[in-house]
Parts: sequence; structure tokens; C-alpha cells
Amino acid sequence: MQAETKTPRRGLVRWLLGGGLTASVASFLYPVIRFMNPPEVSEAAVNEASVAKVQDFTLNSGKIVKFGSRPVLLIRAGESDWRAFSGTCTHLDCTVQYQTASHQIWCACHNGFYDLNGRVVSGPPPRPLEEYAVHIRGDEVIVTRGAG
Amino acid sequence: MLAARENEKRGPLGWLEDRLGLESVREFIAHKSVPKHSATMWYYFGGITLFLFVIQVLTGILLLLYYRPTTAEAYESVQFIVTQVKFGWLIRSIHSWSANLMILTAFIHMFSVVFLHAYRKPREATWLSGIALLGLALGFGFSGYLLPWNTVSYFATKVGTDMAASLPVIGPPVARFLRGGDEVGGATLTRFFGFHVAVLPGITTVMLLVHLALVQRWNISVPPWVERQFRDRGREVPRMPFAPNFFLRELMAWYAALAGLGILAALFPWELGDKADPFAPAPAGIHPEWYFLAPFYTLKLIPSNVWFIEGELLGLIGFGLLAVWWVCLPFWATDRAGQVKTRLVTGAGVFLLSYLAIFSALGYWQ
Repeated sequence: MQAETKTPRRGLVRWLLGGGLTASVASFLYPVIRFMNPPEVSEAAVNEASVAKVQDFTLNSGKIVKFGSRPVLLIRAGESDWRAFSGTCTHLDCTVQYQTASHQIWCACHNGFYDLNGRVVSGPPPRPLEEYAVHIRGDEVIVTRGAG
Repeated sequence: MLAARENEKRGPLGWLEDRLGLESVREFIAHKSVPKHSATMWYYFGGITLFLFVIQVLTGILLLLYYRPTTAEAYESVQFIVTQVKFGWLIRSIHSWSANLMILTAFIHMFSVVFLHAYRKPREATWLSGIALLGLALGFGFSGYLLPWNTVSYFATKVGTDMAASLPVIGPPVARFLRGGDEVGGATLTRFFGFHVAVLPGITTVMLLVHLALVQRWNISVPPWVERQFRDRGREVPRMPFAPNFFLRELMAWYAALAGLGILAALFPWELGDKADPFAPAPAGIHPEWYFLAPFYTLKLIPSNVWFIEGELLGLIGFGLLAVWWVCLPFWATDRAGQVKTRLVTGAGVFLLSYLAIFSALGYWQ
């Protein structure tokens, strides 16, 4: 008789103890996990920037320029033929470069090639490079995002 | 009264032995033995890996005296260590070389366990803890690689964290967690430094104790063919005392490892390369450390899209399945009757070893 009355009470005590412990562990872990997750930092969105001087680029040359905090590959393909693309490969985020001999964009990490329209020619990149618009104002090269 | 007089005779060491209860440890070591047969030499690689880990800890502590984990100072601080600090080049070189040798000996240890069939019941948990230690060693390699903040380390981290990002659902938050933000930068360096000098050493120490305790609990395995040979002859597999016989042999192996390490560190000092520039293209011929070369080359070969799956995701799924298959080895290696499928396991070991060797070589040279 005594055992019958004790069992549910013991179960309740166990449940309360277990539940209390679980809850306290969870209350310790939650702030730790939130702390480890980096906060979203709102970056001033750069949509247009003066990235270089015209005279810095010879014909059939290209280099990485700063577009806000991101790298952009700026290419001078002809006298007034300027192209700009996102500087990071769509495969695994390496920074690409312009190859003057083949007139192609190359990612050295996994040997991906893009043409001068940013389209994948060969290798593992899954998508084309994002293209930016380029305008010349005086001797300044202006790159604009979202207008490629 | 008599015991007290005896201790007085033995001096402070005797006193310490009594107070710490070392008598039982002495007893335990005196009775510990190791199987002695044609494949005994492979038993030493676990100990060599442990020895190299200790070297890592010691040289790592020394490097901490000068290293500064910020993008503005990391490269310069390593440069200062190798050019200005007395023996700095040696300490840094030993740290880098012993890291590589440690991973090499860990791989040798793992494959020797496979080919000697030491994973079989009741040592499944020993295998799992060993695999966890190998994973931790690779984590040490990946996190430590970024710390000098040079070009190759920067791009290796970009590629590595971007691979994580390509996993569905959990990928992007995992990559953000690893990078400490959306891009590889100062926050990533600080995090990787924290992982490298605090988180990973802590976990590794616990896992190492578990692994050693399990090795102790189940003793060292004897290969099935050796067991068979001696059973057929009606004899027991001979054993040698752990102390001093096995331990002195292990000590010689440590000295050999130390000699190899000294030669490599002195004759081929670890290069620092150029400082990382997030606005410079990845240089031609870039490749990761040798132990990541096989997946690196595999990712190069997989086309951008296979059917409807992106190539990198397919590669990751493949690596994931391969890893799960390998981790579960002790469980699929045994049939329902408890017999070990030795031929299947040996074949699997040869397959994995060949894949790693061939693809690493191709990744290096192509």
C-alpha cells in the first residue's frame, strides 16, 4: 500500500529534478550559443564607386579593385570596352584574375574559367560571375552594381 | 612506525610515493604487457602521434608569447618570431613540421589499426575515439593554417568555409559561425585562434584520455592471423613487459621522430609566404596542405552541375558518405555471427589509401 502511494510521488520528484536540471542546462547553453553566433552587422550598401583611374589600365588588362569591402575584377578589354565582375568565384569563393593571353577570367583554386561576359567556360564554377556596369567620368572609372 | 622509518630511508621520493599512492601505479605498470609478434612495430605509431602532440603543445605555448591574432599584426608577429626572436625560426618550423608529421603518423596509426583488424569487438569505442582524435587533428591543422595570415592560408580558409556554406539548410549558419561574419577576415582570425589554442586543445585532452583509457581497458589487439598461427601451434601469443621493454622501444621511436623533426625543421624551415590580401587574386598553383589535397583535387574534377545537383554539393555529399562509411567500419566489418570480414576491410583500406595517395599526388602535381 505504501509502495503504491510512493511510486507516483517519486516519479513526480524525478520528473521535477530532471526537468529542472534540463531547464537550467538549457538556460546556460542558450546565451552561450547565441553569443557564439556572430551578430548581423549592417554594412553601408555600396552601389556605385570610383574604383580606378583610366590611365592605370592598359588595353587588354584587368585587376582586382575595391568596391566597398568587396573585390571586383575590372577589365579593360578594348579602348572603351570596360567590364566589371564580382571578384569572387561562384565555386568556392576564391578571388579570380584576368588572363591576358586567353582573354578569359581564371580562378586558380580549382581551375575555373569564365569568358568576358562572366559566363562559365570550363571547370567547376556552377554560375556566371555577377556583372557590374562601368562608366567613365573624366579619368575616373565608375562601377555600378545591379546594372550589369 | 616501521613504515615511517622505511620512508625516512627512502627519502622525499618515498614520502611522495606514499602520499600519492604510487605503489598501485607501480604494481600496475609492472604487470602490464604488450603482445610481441611480427607486426608489433605498428603499435608504436599511436605513441609517436602522442609524442608529436606534446611537441605541438610545448612549441605552441612558446609561439603564444609573441603571436598576435589580428589581421594587422598576425603576419608581422610571425615574421618577427622567425626573423628577430632567438630560435624563433626553429620553434615555428618545429611547430609546423610536427603538425604535419603528427597527422601523417595519425593516418599511419589508423590504417595500421585497419590492416591489423584491431577495431573489432570489443574495441569499437576505441576506434570511434581515435577517429574523433583524427578529426580534431585535422581541425587543428585547418584552424592553425590561417594564423600566419598569409595568402595560401587566407584562400584555404575561404575555400574551406565556403564548402561548409554550400551544405543545404545548416551550411550558411555554420559558415557564418566559423567565419565570425559573412566574409573571411579579422573576426575569422580571432575565432580560429580561439579554436586552435583553447577549444580544440580542451576537447582533444578529454578525448585523448578517453582513448588511452579504452586502450588500457581492452589492451592491445592481436591480429587475427597471429592469433590463428599460435592457436594452431597450441601456444599463447608471446608478450613483452610494457616497462621497460616496450617503453624503451617506444622511446627510441620518439627519438627517431625527434631526429626526423629536427632535420626537417633545420634544413627546410617552414616558409611564411606573402601577407594575405583580400583584394589580390588567388595565386597560380595554390593548393591546401597535403592532407586536404585529395578532396581539393576531387572538387576540381567534379563538373559544375551533375544532373540537377551542383558539383560542390555533390562532392560534399560524397565526402560525407565516405566519412560515415569509414567511421562505421567496426560495425559493417562484422557479420551476424560475429565473424570479422577481414578481406572486405583490407580491400576497403586499400581502396581508401589508394584514393588518398593518388588524388593527393595528382592534386599536388597538376
